[in-house]
Amino acid sequence: MSREREQGMTVIVKTITRLTVGLILLYGIYILSHGHVSPGGGFAGGVIIALSFVHLMLAYGKEVALGKLPKAATFFFESMGALLFLGIALFGFTSGYFFLNFISKGEPFRLFSAGIIPLCNIAISLKVGAGLFAIFIALVLLRFESENKE
Amino acid sequence: MTLQSNIIPVFVILPLSGAFLTSILGRKLRWIPDILGAVTTFLAFIFSLLAIRVVNISGTLIYSVGAWRPPVGIAMVMDGLTVFMLVTVNLVACAIAVYAINYMEKFTSKWKFYTLFLLVLAGMNGVVVTGDIFNLFVFLEIASVASYALVAFGTERHELEAAFKYAVMSTVGSLFVLLGIVLIYAYTSTLNMADIASVILAKGPKNIVSMISVLFIMGFGLKAALVPFHAWLPDAHPSAPAPISAMLSGVLIKSLGIYALCRIFYNVLGMTSSVSSLLMFMGALSMVVGVFLAIGQWDFKRLLAYHSISQIGYVVLGIGLGTPLGILGGLFHLFNHSIFKSLLFLNSGAVEYATGTRDLQRMGGLASRMPVTGTTSFFASMSIAGIPPFNGFWSKLIIILAAVQAGRLGYAFWAVLASLLTLASFMKVMKYAFLGTLKEQWNRIKEVPIFMKLSMSALAIVCLLGGALLLSGIKDSFLDKASDVLSEGTRYSALIAKGDIFEK
Repeated sequence: MSREREQGMTVIVKTITRLTVGLILLYGIYILSHGHVSPGGGFAGGVIIALSFVHLMLAYGKEVALGKLPKAATFFFESMGALLFLGIALFGFTSGYFFLNFISKGEPFRLFSAGIIPLCNIAISLKVGAGLFAIFIALVLLRFESENKE
Repeated sequence: MTLQSNIIPVFVILPLSGAFLTSILGRKLRWIPDILGAVTTFLAFIFSLLAIRVVNISGTLIYSVGAWRPPVGIAMVMDGLTVFMLVTVNLVACAIAVYAINYMEKFTSKWKFYTLFLLVLAGMNGVVVTGDIFNLFVFLEIASVASYALVAFGTERHELEAAFKYAVMSTVGSLFVLLGIVLIYAYTSTLNMADIASVILAKGPKNIVSMISVLFIMGFGLKAALVPFHAWLPDAHPSAPAPISAMLSGVLIKSLGIYALCRIFYNVLGMTSSVSSLLMFMGALSMVVGVFLAIGQWDFKRLLAYHSISQIGYVVLGIGLGTPLGILGGLFHLFNHSIFKSLLFLNSGAVEYATGTRDLQRMGGLASRMPVTGTTSFFASMSIAGIPPFNGFWSKLIIILAAVQAGRLGYAFWAVLASLLTLASFMKVMKYAFLGTLKEQWNRIKEVPIFMKLSMSALAIVCLLGGALLLSGIKDSFLDKASDVLSEGTRYSALIAKGDIFEK
């Protein structure tokens, strides 16, 4: 039973997943990169990016998903996201204040505007996306262990 | 904005960067977590000592994060009370980080411990330095969520159960706080604490303010484990590894519970006589109930956990009295309790490290095999029981004197009674654990390693010399500054506003 699950679901689910997973990932990146001009942002984008990997894991099993994004990389990205965010905040000290928006703000409603906000969004999405995926991995691994014991 | 105020965000930046660096580097390099943990907490402690001087020279400091002016932006405020809490928190954290170098060897993933530990520290420092009520909630949650994971660190059955109970109870507390903040925002349309105080002062007392007060008493009371909100503490604190128990009992319940409670009631909402009598009643109740529950315990750490409830009662009684002397005594007892209770938990950890048991009936005569642990534990026990010249005596004396001075003879009587019972229960600890004849099975045990001895001795010295904080020169610049902030009440907002004008 658990062997079957490791190989994933039926061919219908696999095909649909193959077609949609890239789009979900791209949509996540879109939401994240337009966070400062439209609803969304780092958190929402990060969640959608994590969901694309979760989707992969549900359809193809954990080997495939962990092959695309290994556990070590997930943990690294998670901490890196937090450090990047802190680093951006610290760079504000170059102009005198913690969390100062030190890059020029540009023209409102353009993609390249709002100073450090898009950079912060990228850091947040790394943290949230990797964090959510790590939580999902933890739950999945726990479940396999409890099944093995039985 | 003055140059000195740049010190304020450091207290959040240091532990946060330490935490995430540990989680990246500590996985591969096994020596990194120890070094980073000890160095960051030590630096934070040095900075907090520096902050005493800075506040003494330049008065209340305000930092506007991201150069957004308060009340729109997030403000960080540093005044006497903040500095007092920072010193307490970082001193205890530093001792614990050093202690954990040896103690946490028996766990497999030390880096996880240090990451979570530094996150708790960042949350506590954040709660203390922030001047924005929603930001306070965010830091409160950072510290709480990290501490849930730390309680479950051993991942044994009872630890997971305790952590789950703690998580549920504490989340309920956080939700009360959040609801209180929502109502405050609806009523005053601002989140800056000084601004809230001035708006409430201008609008006059309304029923909604009483509602908010009740929500905050419940929320922060749960965090501070006041009776009747104490049910999670006797499970959560003994289950965690000893350094974490010391952190939770020593400083977490104080900075998240007591500090937030008195900051909000004295400086933001304004103290009323009903809140004051409620706080005094809850304080006295915790004091007596806690000690009665503690005296019958045979599990070393559980006994200490019940005593935390009882000692928190003293702090709240002192602060609730509202007289300058009462506030001074309450805050001084808060500092002392952080020191001796973390020391006692570290002692219990040392005993567990050497013998593998927490059951007082199975110990006996350990002082002959573990002299340092025995001596430091004697210091801490005498301190918590209020025997002169240890620090606990002075603060209890001040609280009892303040109660008598305010005409609250009943509360003074209960305080004395609880102190006697505390003495009795620590006599029991000393007799069963450290004195008496050495049992056969403990003939081979050894004293704990060097870093554990070092940190326990350091805390014991603070216990012994803590009374020196009452000497006039030191008292003026440290304790008095802190109690003045509370005595001034809602003049807090005027001070912050003055600072704001000065800044432009």
